[in-house]
Amino acid sequence: MAFNIYDFTSFTEWIDQGLRSVMSPAWAVITELAIIGIVFLVFYALIGLILVYAERKICAFIQCRIGPNRVGPYGIFQTIADFIKLLMKELIHINKADKLLFNLAPFIVIIASFMALSAIPFAKGLHPVNLNIGIFFILAVSSMGVVGILLAGWSSNNKYSLIGAMRSGAQIVSYELSVGLSILTACVLIGSLQLSVIVESQADGWLIFKGHIPAVIAFVIYLIAATAETNRGPFDLAEAESELTAGFHTEYSGIKFAFFFLAEYMNMFLVAAIAATIFWGGWMPFHIGNWEGFNRVMDFIPPIIWFFGKTVVIILIMMWFKWTFPRLRIDQLLTLEWKYLLPINLINILLMALIVLLGWHF
Amino acid sequence: MELNEIMFVIFGAVIVFFSILTVTSRRILRAATFLLFVLVATAGLYFWLNYEFMAAVQVTLYAGGIVVLIIFSILLTSNINDRFEKVAGRKVIFSALAAIAGAILCITTILQQEFQATEALAREVNMNVIGRSLMNYGENGFVLPFEVISVLLLAAMISAIVIAKKSKSK
Repeated sequence: MAFNIYDFTSFTEWIDQGLRSVMSPAWAVITELAIIGIVFLVFYALIGLILVYAERKICAFIQCRIGPNRVGPYGIFQTIADFIKLLMKELIHINKADKLLFNLAPFIVIIASFMALSAIPFAKGLHPVNLNIGIFFILAVSSMGVVGILLAGWSSNNKYSLIGAMRSGAQIVSYELSVGLSILTACVLIGSLQLSVIVESQADGWLIFKGHIPAVIAFVIYLIAATAETNRGPFDLAEAESELTAGFHTEYSGIKFAFFFLAEYMNMFLVAAIAATIFWGGWMPFHIGNWEGFNRVMDFIPPIIWFFGKTVVIILIMMWFKWTFPRLRIDQLLTLEWKYLLPINLINILLMALIVLLGWHF
Repeated sequence: MELNEIMFVIFGAVIVFFSILTVTSRRILRAATFLLFVLVATAGLYFWLNYEFMAAVQVTLYAGGIVVLIIFSILLTSNINDRFEKVAGRKVIFSALAAIAGAILCITTILQQEFQATEALAREVNMNVIGRSLMNYGENGFVLPFEVISVLLLAAMISAIVIAKKSKSK
């Protein structure tokens, strides 16, 4: 076995060959799927726990509070305690709700984010499915999550839930356009939708530097639209606590509520990972032209650390947004998308095409 | 049976099962949800055929687009306690007969066709090829249907606005 932190290809091949030598190819495939599934489940739970803790600490820091500080040193076990509490809570049954859809909705939300996660390249060779339409696949499956939110809001038979779901649906459907167009701008420069190719093409410089002006505009628009698509503040009017109690998940309790909660944080991780992959070069180290020594030092840091480092920076920016800006009204939200972001995006994509045609990129 | 065939049987079973549920469910939002499952399973079939582009288009357009629109309009118009009327027994029999006759017609027509199995390996459809033929007006070009459809969509949108903004004075 050749375990190499810089290239996981040989490691995954070693697992594959080991399984194929003890069982038939069909069973090997099924076992591999099961292994990947379990790894992702653990990863999902871990990311959820860490992000919830980080959010509470950062929120406290911005609001001049201390935040969780009782369970464990600096309160690091607080979220674990919270999750144990959530697991033990009663699942409340609502008599006049549509029970089938009510129980189905959290699963649709969580499956959508799970499927999108499967196409993210975490490091060299650590890439569950490498489709030739990778980024399009991620956009496609993550667009299914909104169905779960709409179903949750309607089947609860509660006016707050319904209003929350309608707001959330309108918001996600309209901001999906901006997300798609800003990613398309990046794809114009790269010329491929395959995520492994997108990462490889940024070996000599991240896209945000290669594409300069239009790439920076696209990145900023992506960040705004992605924050809106994950229903986070300042765009969290779908679950505006002061008006709608809790929006579409008002009636949910226990583990079903935890599913929505987890999916929300997972979606934040996902959009940050996509931004890191497309605009900041994914697991590619930071290189500067001919500075041999500097590039060597950067290469020494393993790709998986680069990937998670970049993702964490973007997540921190999004948390900073949430606790700094006041919430938008629904009309302001839709005005921002349809009157500002969309026209800017359309012009930006033309600008990017012009720059690619004239060869004014690096 | 090989794994490949098992996958096909699973997708086919899901499609048939949820298609039947879609038309027999008496709650409208449940019907829409079952329709979503049918469309997603169809996307699964495209993935099974290694035609990923088509699968992603199927998921974005139908599951993420049209089903969301349907659910939206249901959310705005119907109450959770609404049920469809029970269909009269005679109607059920006649529509079932019509559906079965249609299915038999399709299946016999398909079975009459002699299919040639190719030995060629499955090709990956490159995005650049799809993009070029979509924007091409020469041979194998699809720019005319592409543009004609956009005119159709524009007409549909304008008519929707005209209907929605009907003056109330009349």
